[in-house]
Amino acid sequence: MITSDWLHPSLVLIAGTLVLPLLKGRAMQAWMVLLPLAVLGTLWMAQPGEHGQMAFLGMELVTGRVDELAMVFGWVFGTVLLIGAIYALHVNDRVQHVAAFLYGASALGVVFAGDLITLYVFWELMVITSVWLIWRRKTEVSFNAGFRYLVIHAVGGVVLLAGIILFQFETGTTRFEQIDVDGPAFWLILAAFMINAAVPPLHAWLTDAYPEATVTGAVFLSALTTKTAVYTLIRGYPGTEMLVWMGAAMTLYGVTFAMLSNDIRRLLAYHIVSQVGYMVTGVGLGTALALSGSASHAFTHILYKALLFMGAGAVIHMTGRSRLSELGGLYRYMPWTFVLYLIGGVSISAFPLFSGYVSKTMIVEAAAIDQRAVIWLMLVVASAGTFLSTTLKLPYKTWLGGDSGLQPREAPWNMLLAMGIAAALCFLIGIFPGMLYALLPGAVDFNAYTMSVFLKEMQVLLFTGLAFCLLLKYVGGGPKISLDVDWLYRRGGPRLVGAVGSAIITTDRAIRRTTLEHLARLTAHVEKKHGRDGKLAKSWPIGSMALWTAIVLAMLLTFGVYRG
Amino acid sequence: MKLARLIEYLISKRSVLAVLLLVSMAALVLVDIILPPAYTRFTWDAIGGFAAFFGFAACAALIFFSRFLGEKLLYRDEDYYDDHE
Repeated sequence: MITSDWLHPSLVLIAGTLVLPLLKGRAMQAWMVLLPLAVLGTLWMAQPGEHGQMAFLGMELVTGRVDELAMVFGWVFGTVLLIGAIYALHVNDRVQHVAAFLYGASALGVVFAGDLITLYVFWELMVITSVWLIWRRKTEVSFNAGFRYLVIHAVGGVVLLAGIILFQFETGTTRFEQIDVDGPAFWLILAAFMINAAVPPLHAWLTDAYPEATVTGAVFLSALTTKTAVYTLIRGYPGTEMLVWMGAAMTLYGVTFAMLSNDIRRLLAYHIVSQVGYMVTGVGLGTALALSGSASHAFTHILYKALLFMGAGAVIHMTGRSRLSELGGLYRYMPWTFVLYLIGGVSISAFPLFSGYVSKTMIVEAAAIDQRAVIWLMLVVASAGTFLSTTLKLPYKTWLGGDSGLQPREAPWNMLLAMGIAAALCFLIGIFPGMLYALLPGAVDFNAYTMSVFLKEMQVLLFTGLAFCLLLKYVGGGPKISLDVDWLYRRGGPRLVGAVGSAIITTDRAIRRTTLEHLARLTAHVEKKHGRDGKLAKSWPIGSMALWTAIVLAMLLTFGVYRG
Repeated sequence: MKLARLIEYLISKRSVLAVLLLVSMAALVLVDIILPPAYTRFTWDAIGGFAAFFGFAACAALIFFSRFLGEKLLYRDEDYYDDHE
């Protein structure tokens, strides 16, 4: 993995993480900031091309393919690792820090993998490192949610491996380029990628587990798993028609279920589903503009979503509460968190001057150029829904709204600093989109700051706001949870097993009972015929014996004579 | 804390802010009606103010639809999953 002109960023991160458990206090904190910086430095030095080739079981592995697409994701992963590490500086739990960095290293490993075997190894490593960010919340709820997360991803991993093996049989190669085979290999690999991209109905692992993760761990989770999946979809499945529709459906699914969420981080988790939907639609459209849109939306999304999760996490950290129905009036006590969260909010809602605007409009524009009227309308509804719940409902009910009586202190400085860096980046990208576009593969022929795009976007957003203000009393909510697909394996599965089990028990009982009854009847019958008082056991008088003997002899004679 | 006071001040002036916002919204729609559309890729591109109407309708639809979905089908008590796990 190391040559004179190539140092794998994952290797740097893994090696550095091994040192982390030996450090304490300030030294550990300094190391936590230095490590992501070292990763960014490694990325800075990375030369385009293929590096780190190894032979394994007769296959050639390429552990370091550096091209523009990989670098877009590499840069933003490195950045979010730095932000997440600063946000977690106050946490005195080495297991979490080690898990977060190894998880980041695995995500980078996937992005720079030039072949499917390397990709698979890092793909699985992502699962077993990230689950600790859920478990270290150390509650029973998070332990169970983590286990479900692990099981779903284990299934996804097996599906991926099966797909890769079939792919190797059919094509004779494991290189990871566009997956252009027909048959099961195509679908298996696609299904595995879609599980990680949280495409409904394969999304419930995300909205089930992320809200139960640790405050600091959720920041890494929100950034890495789904976006590596978006990367693999861009690389492997551009122009797959099905994805256009699944992506657009995802955007609406996410915003609808977000409206039903009472837990602030569950609400935000549903908006990961919704936002990744835009990226999946872009992959499906497959045009140069749409793919640039998906890659740049992944980039901006990681930063503003991390910012939103950090804002919500700061509230949970300071108040110990996560339900909208128990929050309210916090702006007096956590004003900085409020304002920084709002910057994330206007970024995800794609307000002009903020990052979401320069990436989301690109995907919407690509749909318009392709003359996809229904898709365009679906994406615009999702825009309204995004603004509605992340930037209107959540902040209103958390920081404004009714007074909850809570008087927390402002979040610690490191949390605010991390949020500040993310907010600054959201703003910078919004003002200078050229910096982001320059990272993308191929030239970007799109300008978000035209009158036409601006007018449409602003009208949608501001009139969504108007509708929210007018209809505020109809906005649902309250101390409830809402069912989702995870019901199938949390309740439906156990119930099915229970039902099948009791059906087996009843049938078994019935069979035993009838068998016993039959046996008893048979015994009675035998007893009657052969028992002491039975017909066949009676003592017979000698006369009748002689008669029967005579009859038998007569029959023998008769048949014997005629046969002779 | 200064920032909290600034937010407090803005909240106290919310009626002024609301009027400003409504005026700018009206201006947006007016400009959209007056300016010739840049594209006519979809039929509604030619209708000035369509995006405003559509945004409002989408928001209202989401509020009512999600509430309907919740109350008729999906809402459960918070301890719904507790006894099994």
